[in-house]
Amino acid sequence: MATLAPEKAGRPTDHESFLVHKRFRWLWIAVLLCIAAGVGYAYADVKPRPNGGSWYGYTLGTIALLLIVWLSLLGVRKRAMTEGRWSLKAWTSAHVYLGLSLVVIATLHTGFQLGWNIHTLAYALMMLVIASGLYGITVYAKLPEKLSNNRGEMSKRQMVESLAALDRQLDAAAQPLAREESDRVIAALEQDPFRAGVLARLTNSYPGCRTARALKDFARDHELDAHEQRVAGLLHKRAAQLAQIRRQMQLRALLDVWLYVHIPATVALLGALTAHVVSVFFYW
Amino acid sequence: MAGTDGIVDVAIVGSGPAGLSAAAHAAAKGMSHVLLEKTDHLSDTIYKYQKGKHVMATPSHLVLRADLDFDAGKREAILDTWNRQLGEAQANVMLNAEVTAIEGAAGDFKLTLKNGRTVRAKAVVMAIGTQGNPNLVRCPVGEGAVVQYQLDDPGEYVDEHIVVIGAGDAGIENAMGLAADPQQGNKVTIVNRSRDFATAKAANVQALLAMEGEGRITVMLETTASAINQGEIVFDTRDGEVRAPCDRVIARMGSAPPRAFVEAACAEFEEREGKRAIKAGTGIAFTSADRVAYPRLTPTFESTVPGIYVIGALAGYPLIKHCMNQGHDVIEFLAGNTSLKPADEPILEEKFADLPGKQSVDEWLALFGRNVVILQELSTLQLRELMLDSDARYFKAGEVIFTRNDPGSSMFAIAQGSVAVEVNPKDPSVTVPIGEGLIFGEVGLISGRRRGATIRAAEPTIALEFSRNAALKLLATAPSAARAVNRISIERQLLQMFGSGLTSEDLEEIVEAAVVEDKRAGEVIIEEGADDKDVFVIRRGSVVVEKSIGGHPVFLNYLPAGSYFGEMAVIDGSKRTATVKSAIKSQVVRFPGDAFNRLLERKPALREKALTDMAARRKLNAFVEERKESFGDAADYHSQTAQFLVDNGIGEATDVLLIDETLCVGCDNCEKACADSHDGLSRLDREAGRTYAHLHVPTSCRHCEHPHCMADCPPNAIKRGPDGEVFIDETCIGCGNCQRNCPYGVIRMDAKPPKKPGLLSWMFLGLGPGPGEASYSWRKKKAEASGKEVPKVAIKCDMCSGIEGGPACVRACPTGAAIRVGPEKFLSVAQIGKVG
Repeated sequence: MATLAPEKAGRPTDHESFLVHKRFRWLWIAVLLCIAAGVGYAYADVKPRPNGGSWYGYTLGTIALLLIVWLSLLGVRKRAMTEGRWSLKAWTSAHVYLGLSLVVIATLHTGFQLGWNIHTLAYALMMLVIASGLYGITVYAKLPEKLSNNRGEMSKRQMVESLAALDRQLDAAAQPLAREESDRVIAALEQDPFRAGVLARLTNSYPGCRTARALKDFARDHELDAHEQRVAGLLHKRAAQLAQIRRQMQLRALLDVWLYVHIPATVALLGALTAHVVSVFFYW
Repeated sequence: MAGTDGIVDVAIVGSGPAGLSAAAHAAAKGMSHVLLEKTDHLSDTIYKYQKGKHVMATPSHLVLRADLDFDAGKREAILDTWNRQLGEAQANVMLNAEVTAIEGAAGDFKLTLKNGRTVRAKAVVMAIGTQGNPNLVRCPVGEGAVVQYQLDDPGEYVDEHIVVIGAGDAGIENAMGLAADPQQGNKVTIVNRSRDFATAKAANVQALLAMEGEGRITVMLETTASAINQGEIVFDTRDGEVRAPCDRVIARMGSAPPRAFVEAACAEFEEREGKRAIKAGTGIAFTSADRVAYPRLTPTFESTVPGIYVIGALAGYPLIKHCMNQGHDVIEFLAGNTSLKPADEPILEEKFADLPGKQSVDEWLALFGRNVVILQELSTLQLRELMLDSDARYFKAGEVIFTRNDPGSSMFAIAQGSVAVEVNPKDPSVTVPIGEGLIFGEVGLISGRRRGATIRAAEPTIALEFSRNAALKLLATAPSAARAVNRISIERQLLQMFGSGLTSEDLEEIVEAAVVEDKRAGEVIIEEGADDKDVFVIRRGSVVVEKSIGGHPVFLNYLPAGSYFGEMAVIDGSKRTATVKSAIKSQVVRFPGDAFNRLLERKPALREKALTDMAARRKLNAFVEERKESFGDAADYHSQTAQFLVDNGIGEATDVLLIDETLCVGCDNCEKACADSHDGLSRLDREAGRTYAHLHVPTSCRHCEHPHCMADCPPNAIKRGPDGEVFIDETCIGCGNCQRNCPYGVIRMDAKPPKKPGLLSWMFLGLGPGPGEASYSWRKKKAEASGKEVPKVAIKCDMCSGIEGGPACVRACPTGAAIRVGPEKFLSVAQIGKVG
């Protein structure tokens, strides 16, 4: 029927997520790395027992150390927009799968000898980083779609502007109301509807919301006059707009909260690792 | 001066700037004369200008030779000056004297007037202009609708919806006059057929766009009126039909020479097919049969009837200054001063000074007009005007005329010699010749793309270089030139599409039969099941291919410019298997199927290629057919997604950023990367824009095939790069035209911010605003501290041209949500929810 114009070469159109990047290239590499480490662990002739201080333990330890340092450089890579044929998606993909492989490599490195010392602290911190990262992968896979559904086609600024417009209408509409009723509306308008603690933000519960309270009060009154009906309608709209913004904030918080563990724990891990390495060489 | 019963030396018909100037000069020289004006006042065209109109005096570098004064100013002042000076010169004027016929021969012409009187003259100067013959609206006009072809006083109308059709100088000035006073409450819309204001003066265009920016006037480009009814007008726009309220239409679409009257002067008549017709070879001959062609004239303005001279707009010179100079000159010629050179002579002399051979300006012009195909139908006078805006350059054998990837939007014609095109960038020795008289560089003119190949002079060559504006004007005023350029560009597009092995001789039959057709958005080009047998090439715009399944249109394919379609039915003689309609306003080239078939028979390699392409298409058709039972929702979804993308400008995009919102975590790293790659300002807004089925089209440049932003860039700073990117270079003057013209809002005006502290200082020392675009307050504070005034310029995506690794937005996306797609790939993106 028809013939397309010749395709342009070299356009980056690979439309796939960081998890399936290049047909799971980094997953395979990570799995192979783990298998190799496991096979080595089983066959390495280490006396008297597998230990971080044996030759095989040092090998695994060095690999794990290099991996951790490289993984932590993602933060720099992400922010340094240098030229070149790199893609942050490939980096993220490798970060995820190589990071997960540390569970196997570092555990084998310990030789299952854990205790209350600086070495185990480093191990524990690393597992914390990985656990928070696992949470991150989960929310990155699940929440974007919800984020997109919730925002419709509105940008953050449009949402805030829409709320401001409603507030202006409410302010005008509340003028003819009785003192008590208008006080409720004013109270709702005066309140910063987004001030909330971390928990409230993450669970999206705002029990002190005065808009909700004012709505409830209006709902109790069964004989609303035209002014009151208009205000009640506007309050409904305001509540809906607030709900959209709060839901957006909740989703963004869920997408971001793990980084508050992941990053500080990584910094702590790098510190603990330094102590671990220095102490091993000192007290050898 | 002889009495009216006697015979005057010269009768001047028409008292416009040309006629007035001729009469004044005749009076000054003591030559007996009469100036015949059909109305009851002088200079009817200027008289009919709207009140208070500012009349311009271009071209500014041309000296004024006339006995009358003329400088830019208000209509009233100019008319007053002329009336006064003509009176002082004691010119012999006859008002209410419309000439209806001219008979006789040089030495004794008889001019018959409408009131029955006659005037006898030894010579006649026709200076009747073209205003008496305005181009009429071509769409149907309903009963009661008001359509007028002139505007006397813009203050006359209040609270009306007024549509001005035609964005030449007259239309723009009318529209601005009507909208000038907000108190009048007029809603003024000006409509232009094309994207560019090719025929208007730059100052007018700038003033119009400024008014549009203030919201006082609506400008509709690429729009034509398709019907005018009482109280309403129907527009045909790039994106389909639009209806608008309209109380009055003012049509200013130019005018054509009043040909019938001019041609009949001193003509002999004969009976032809029962009608009175002019005998060939008699009367005043025109350069071609085109409606807008001009009389054929000698360099002294003498027509093909000896003794009748034609000057002014009727001679092809619409500008007042030219007209007045010609009025002066023609009297000088009549007085025997044949060695007088036109006023623009020194300008042209200087232009031609570097050409070898030391020929005179007239000789050069004659050579250009004779040799260059697209100039052959121009009169010497038109040629003069064209050359004032163009260059004639000499190249030694082997000298480079332009280099591949040079920016450039001018068109060249070979006046003498020939050039060689280096078709293979890797091997400069492979060349294709372009011979004398032909044009090259027309792609730059049509698309604004960079030069596609290096071109050298193959022998000592004289090439004419027409600036973009001069070339567009040439195409607009000389239909023969437009046809010639069209033909060449069709031929070159076909050669490029069908690949190597073809020569222009092979394509001759097809190109000869090719017709360029404009298609409205959504117009059906091929109907499924129909029996027609034409093949189409998309020249501009794009089309969608649909198949009707159970009465439901199912989206099959999307074809951008440079594709061809319709060959399937031609090759195997079947009925049309699918419907093809234009996605946006498009231009297609239609050529007959049998000519295409004959071409395939002659060229087996091409046939092979066509059959391979066809097999792939047939597979998709069969696939759709066989699954029609199970289609339902999935197909609908697919069709709708594709439609959404077309609606959002992907139909005219060459490369667009899309965001898959099932992957986007909203980190805005794309925006940050964009800002950090380009002077600290982001050229995309991730969150803004439309979304359908989780496919988000952010506010970011689509790199349109025919960029709207390019249409009115005064310094021509917007260009297309070698990878198709549309970019703004450093010559931007910050006028904001492109920002207003972009329908997708992707251009921002901002000043380049001061440099930020580096990444490491931010990371470890907390210095500076960090990665991404710095906040407005930070930029402002820093800029003030530096004390340097940085101008705001237009900023838009350049697809990270020149940055290794390609677009930063895509490279910096951590999850793979940001992708860039071109028209050939966007279907596969639309298939995210896979049909199969």
